[in-house]
Amino acid sequence: GRAMAIQARPGFSPVTMRSPASAANPRYRRWNVTKKGARPKAAKPAAPGPQKKTVGGSKNGGSRMVEPQGPQYYPADDEKKPMYVRTKSKEHQSSKVAKLRSSITPGTVLILLSGRFRGKRVVFLKQLDKSGLLLVSGPFKVNGVPLRRVNQAYVIATSTKVDVSGVDVAKFDDAYFSRAKRVQSAKDDEFFAKQAEKKEIDPKRVADQKAVDDKIMAKLTKPNLKEYLTAPFSLSKGDRPHAMQF
Amino acid sequence: ALVNYGPDKGKLCTIIDVVDENRVLVDGPVSVTGVHHQAISLKRLALTEYKVAALRNARQKALIAAWEEADVMSKWQASTWAKKIENKKKRAAMSDFDRFEVMLAKKKRTAAMK
Repeated sequence: GRAMAIQARPGFSPVTMRSPASAANPRYRRWNVTKKGARPKAAKPAAPGPQKKTVGGSKNGGSRMVEPQGPQYYPADDEKKPMYVRTKSKEHQSSKVAKLRSSITPGTVLILLSGRFRGKRVVFLKQLDKSGLLLVSGPFKVNGVPLRRVNQAYVIATSTKVDVSGVDVAKFDDAYFSRAKRVQSAKDDEFFAKQAEKKEIDPKRVADQKAVDDKIMAKLTKPNLKEYLTAPFSLSKGDRPHAMQF
Repeated sequence: ALVNYGPDKGKLCTIIDVVDENRVLVDGPVSVTGVHHQAISLKRLALTEYKVAALRNARQKALIAAWEEADVMSKWQASTWAKKIENKKKRAAMSDFDRFEVMLAKKKRTAAMK
């Protein structure tokens, strides 16, 4: 039936098809079959064939077929070709951002696992568009975690949720959190002077923090929830994190 | 008997006959406990103290009637054994917030004891 029809096609690889289903298996490679999504190769300009040239002299036959002259110059070393890399090239990488775990929704309490605020329980606000990092806030008054970006991989999502529907987080994006570029100083004196400078916090940041936190704090009505966010998470003897429900 | 191991783990069943030294014939009854009529290894069972007034190889109808008369289910659920199992399940299903609240409650209790 179908197996026979496939075998009759020209350019068929000599692997015997055990069943029609295995014909669909991409492991059995078939020659001369374009794969779905195969990149069209750049069309090479057709090489000019032998040209007819008129030749002078009575005894030379008038004309003859002459091959076009090859390149006058050949490079001494082999041209370097880019190595075959199994990973996708940049133009073929998907520009999607890390997929957000289904357990993480706006308002979820997350446990931070690494970084300066490891062990803290924070409230998740939204996933940032460009980097895919998670925007979280302590709230700052509760546990000292400011509006901050956090990587999804270093986070445990708990099942506790806070209502953050009233919080406006539209203005926060990756550009908001990017570091101010440091001015390069050539002199040593200037360098040491700069070290002594105190780190000033942008008052705009403070205002933004307050605006977001006030809305979150208003919704922390569940008994013990504030204490829960204040307390850090840790493992103690007998805790089996793989068996624990969060 | 309580089934300790296998797909019917945690369910009660009645021993209605003995196959050999290792296996017994068992029935839920299905509509009451969910254990089908089957031969099961004694190693998979933990015997309980409850007995039911049914004859050897009693059929489903007789078994169900006997169960209702003895009211085994409610007796079982009131027992400490069953309560312990229930508590273990609850503990395993606790969320992080629940564990936090338990911790607070324990602290409160020790403070009250002093």
